[in-house]
Amino acid sequence: MVAKRIIPCLDVNCGRTVKGVNFDNMIDIGSPIDMARAYSQQGADELLFLDINATKDNSNIFYKIIEEIACNINIPFTVGGGVRSVDDVARLLDSGADKVAINSAAIYNPNLVNKVSSRFGNQILVIAIDAKKLDDRQVVFSAGASKACEKELLEWSVEVQDRGAGEILYTSIDCDGMVNGYDLENLKILNDRLRIPLIASGGAGSMDHFLELFRLDCSSAALAASVFHKEVIKIKELKSYLFKNSIDIRLC
Amino acid sequence: MVAILDYKSGNIRSVKNALDRLGYDSIITNCESDIERATHIILPGVGDAYNVMNYLIKSNLYSVIKSISSPVLGICIGMQILCASSQEGNVQCLNLFDIPVKKLESSQKLPHMGWNRVYDLRSPLFNGVNEGEWFYFVHSYAPILSQNSIATTNYGVEFSAALNKQNFYGTQFHPEKSGDVGLKVLSNFLIM
Repeated sequence: MVAKRIIPCLDVNCGRTVKGVNFDNMIDIGSPIDMARAYSQQGADELLFLDINATKDNSNIFYKIIEEIACNINIPFTVGGGVRSVDDVARLLDSGADKVAINSAAIYNPNLVNKVSSRFGNQILVIAIDAKKLDDRQVVFSAGASKACEKELLEWSVEVQDRGAGEILYTSIDCDGMVNGYDLENLKILNDRLRIPLIASGGAGSMDHFLELFRLDCSSAALAASVFHKEVIKIKELKSYLFKNSIDIRLC
Repeated sequence: MVAILDYKSGNIRSVKNALDRLGYDSIITNCESDIERATHIILPGVGDAYNVMNYLIKSNLYSVIKSISSPVLGICIGMQILCASSQEGNVQCLNLFDIPVKKLESSQKLPHMGWNRVYDLRSPLFNGVNEGEWFYFVHSYAPILSQNSIATTNYGVEFSAALNKQNFYGTQFHPEKSGDVGLKVLSNFLIM
């Protein structure tokens, strides 16, 4: 059976991997290429790179980084951040990305999902969704989790699936950064409902958080950033822990 | 020189990167003379069968591929178009493997995306690779099991993870994305 995937996420700004939730307080934590290589060697199943500076005018640096990453690692990787058009997707794939993640642009222009999917196939398209609980509804947010929109998490997930998304990456804004575990409740609802794979994001703080996520079959994959960057959790140890607890995991 | 066929499908670069890492010269091409001169030919993955077949027919690559006598490796969609037909777009393919490609009839989620185990390895393509080794898959269609199967994978249903007939080889997984074990499969192919 297909293994549950562990996916480190790297935020990239002006050619460097950075840490920190707001733009004023970013700490340089290393070269994305070196980190990609290290994570790949430690057993990461995939990588996600987010261009957090995508709204500014230096995206050429980002494409160069993608080319270099593609030359240096031989596991799949997804790229996102400020992807707005079919041409943006084409350029990222040409640079060597295996999959492209789209968030806000799909909310503003849902037809983009159909266009990208019919041009390149649904397997390259990850739709990233950030949502937060407001009055008992999981409300979808755009623009880096800053702007509430009219959409509700489950409804929007099903819509993008029907429009041609190949995978959904759900980040719980409430859980993100809290290191108290993933949003199991909503992930379970989504995972049971969706016909496409789901990636869980936001809240990982311990190995047990990954274990409960997979044991309850709340997603196909788990994404995390800070716990891996700070080495609170080492990927090799995490994978052998999950394996010992009877989760389908690729050991290497 | 290895020829990587350019049929305007996605992610050709990763195959070239893998060959670079293995120290092989390669060229991304759709030119008949390059293909004839090449020692090995790779048909890369990603894309859909209908669009790729249309391109091959329009560009005359259809008959070029059929007449290749050097070792050929089709990856993912590159293998599927070597089969008889594909349910994806209901299209007739090159029929070098006389079996159909069908949608995975599985209760599991599609696409089948991620690392899965490969069994029943029976070809020099898998020299030095252990039974049950993990490879990276991303697809919703696959060739059924047949006498040409040289590896199988289970995703709710069993399908051909790799095929061989004469000089034609194919893998449903992506060796160029399957870490070191994937490079091993590519290097086994390149010494054929």
